Amino acid sequence: MTRLQSAAELELLRAGILSARDAARPCIAVCTGAACNGLDSARVARAFEVEAGKMAPGAGIEVRATGCHGFCEKGPNVVVGPDDICYFEVTPDDVPEIIASALKGEVVERLVYKHPETGEKAVHMGEVPFYRHQTRLLIGDNIRIDPKRIEDYVAVGGYAALAKALFQMTPDQVVDEVKKASLRGRGGGGFPAGQKWETAKNAPGDEKYVIVNGHEGEPGAFMDRALFTGNPHKVLEGLIIGAYAIGSHRGFIYTRHDSPQLIEHIETALAQAEEYGLLGENILGSGFDFRVEVHFDVGIFVSGESSALMRSIEGQPPEPRPKYIRTSVAGIWDKPSNLNNVETWANVPQIISRGAEWYAGIGTERSKGTKLVSLSGNVVNSGVVEVPMGTPLRKIVYDMGGGIPGGKAAKAVHFGGPMGGSIPASLIDAPLDFDELAALGAPIGAGGLLVMDEDTDMVDVARYFLEFLTNESCGKCVPCREGMRQTLKVLTNITKGKGRDGDIGRLEDLNDVTGAACLCALGRTASDPLKSMLRYFKDEYELQIARGSQAAGNTAK
Amino acid sequence: MSEIVMQIDGKEVKASDGMTVLQAARVAGIHIPTVCHHDKLEPFGGCRMCMVEVEVRGRKSYVVSCLYPVAPDLVVHTRSERVDKIRRVILEELLAHAPNSPELVALAAEYGADRDRFDKDPSFCILCGLCVRYCAEVKQKNAVDFIERGAQRAISFIPEIAAKECWDCQECFAICPTSYAQAAYFLTEALAFPGRRKSAMHGA
Repeated sequence: MTRLQSAAELELLRAGILSARDAARPCIAVCTGAACNGLDSARVARAFEVEAGKMAPGAGIEVRATGCHGFCEKGPNVVVGPDDICYFEVTPDDVPEIIASALKGEVVERLVYKHPETGEKAVHMGEVPFYRHQTRLLIGDNIRIDPKRIEDYVAVGGYAALAKALFQMTPDQVVDEVKKASLRGRGGGGFPAGQKWETAKNAPGDEKYVIVNGHEGEPGAFMDRALFTGNPHKVLEGLIIGAYAIGSHRGFIYTRHDSPQLIEHIETALAQAEEYGLLGENILGSGFDFRVEVHFDVGIFVSGESSALMRSIEGQPPEPRPKYIRTSVAGIWDKPSNLNNVETWANVPQIISRGAEWYAGIGTERSKGTKLVSLSGNVVNSGVVEVPMGTPLRKIVYDMGGGIPGGKAAKAVHFGGPMGGSIPASLIDAPLDFDELAALGAPIGAGGLLVMDEDTDMVDVARYFLEFLTNESCGKCVPCREGMRQTLKVLTNITKGKGRDGDIGRLEDLNDVTGAACLCALGRTASDPLKSMLRYFKDEYELQIARGSQAAGNTAK
Repeated sequence: MSEIVMQIDGKEVKASDGMTVLQAARVAGIHIPTVCHHDKLEPFGGCRMCMVEVEVRGRKSYVVSCLYPVAPDLVVHTRSERVDKIRRVILEELLAHAPNSPELVALAAEYGADRDRFDKDPSFCILCGLCVRYCAEVKQKNAVDFIERGAQRAISFIPEIAAKECWDCQECFAICPTSYAQAAYFLTEALAFPGRRKSAMHGA
């Protein structure tokens, strides 16, 4: 493999890859994402490879082990191209029949989607309700890509945006494009990415860094892993474009030490990009140099917090620092450091190739583009969905999620995990929008959507999240460490029927001070779930406390 | 260093670039309470007692004065209902660990903190980190450090280093607001080099 020396050579490579393929030939995509993998999809993939291997070369079928398709509930997922026929809950025993049908252009009826109530069947991806209502700009390519083959990414148009940025745009124009697209950070804060880039670009100093936050430690969030593991080059392309715009020659990918598949895919992607001249010295002959290192967390949640993450990359314990000076000005080794999350970077290539105007046409006035959402909890269809910003939550829960199992009613939806908030089912028509949901008390956070049915104990939900965070706080500052410790004690007592008079006041004071006085975002937002509970479900808290104090009163008598 | 003019509690205060709000306030004779601060040590920002209200371009926020840099035209309020509430609750949280620490008791009286408001957890250590940082920054011995994280965080003397370094120092005892550093050290002594104190007292 020789390093590509120009944008034209990249296009030649792409034409070569495409011409070697027969678009009409069946191609079988087996999901090996985290959930399907847990359902032994690796065995299904192997069975397909063995079966396909038995056929005469040329007459055969292409088999691709891909990243997450999204419909985790029904895994192992298999999609048969070119018409994208979806098969669910596939076992190795189904493989010969699927292959035989694919070659005859037929459908294996028993493996297609059946509506749980009406029994109506859906054969193609565009008809399955879970997929039909989505807009899969980011994750849609997953079924076309073997994450370990850069050629698959190039075949779907990969690295064209990088070539466009390098040869047709100045760094300033790239920053402007991202600003005009109003891309907002997908990691939790929703901070405008273009503005962050500009700060880092204009910060004094020659040495600057760009970083992918691939930590995703939040319980109930699994969309970054789905995207990054399934399509690592998309994230990498965004990162290289960002580096060019900001003027950085050294990038970092910070991710989890405990996701071997993700690590393998990232490292393979970096090596292949380097071999093709898309990374390293003189990228595509443009004169721009950029290298990327992979760093791993030490297994604690707070290392996903930006300043803690940067300490960790420096080799220090991941303890947050106050950010009175932005990390875009003084981050890793006090150099300007631009950190964005996996999904934010993955949005960049399409903004460059299709333009800010196109991008800004999707979504709401202040929240643009699509958003990946990890859908879980009391919902029929768990999985990763991608929808335009502004989509009503009801649509996600009912149209894609298939509603609440067992015919139960929804009680609440919770966004953002242990640092997010719950809103009652009466507000389920609220749109997926950074500002509207934040105002309601359920900020999108990274995008984990937890559905809770009528049987859910809302005191216990807050207690669960706090228990998680109490152990994950670094313990440096008092309102985080002590505030959560005391809040957890009060909540635990209430759930055990030992609530006392004054507990609501204690909870409100603790929560208020934790939210206002903590050193980093972990502590400050740790108060969010309880805040939303006390806003919408205070009655339930009061009732449980009253039960406790009554019981205490009875014993006293 | 250029001179900066700012306002603290309605008073015009002159400070120089690079100072923190806490330093500027002290120079101007304005008191801000602290627990984890020590003039010989780098600011830590752990106890959050020195929190103040600042106004920058009309926007109010709450920051720790020991770390927040001075800036021209900054408006600082060291007391307000909200600031006092933050300090009161923080004191109540700390008093759950060390209900009789004279420093905390005095501050509690000033801010109306109730030492019995929260469940007691008499660990005595309030994790201000003064001993840890003093040993690291001033003595450069690192004989005592934090262990664990979150609610499990604690200080611990490292027996191997403590056996060599602490006997002739013990300077951290006097800066500990709860006397826990001393207790932790003596436990380490009992574990790591028992008998040394006895023989030192009675002559070996």
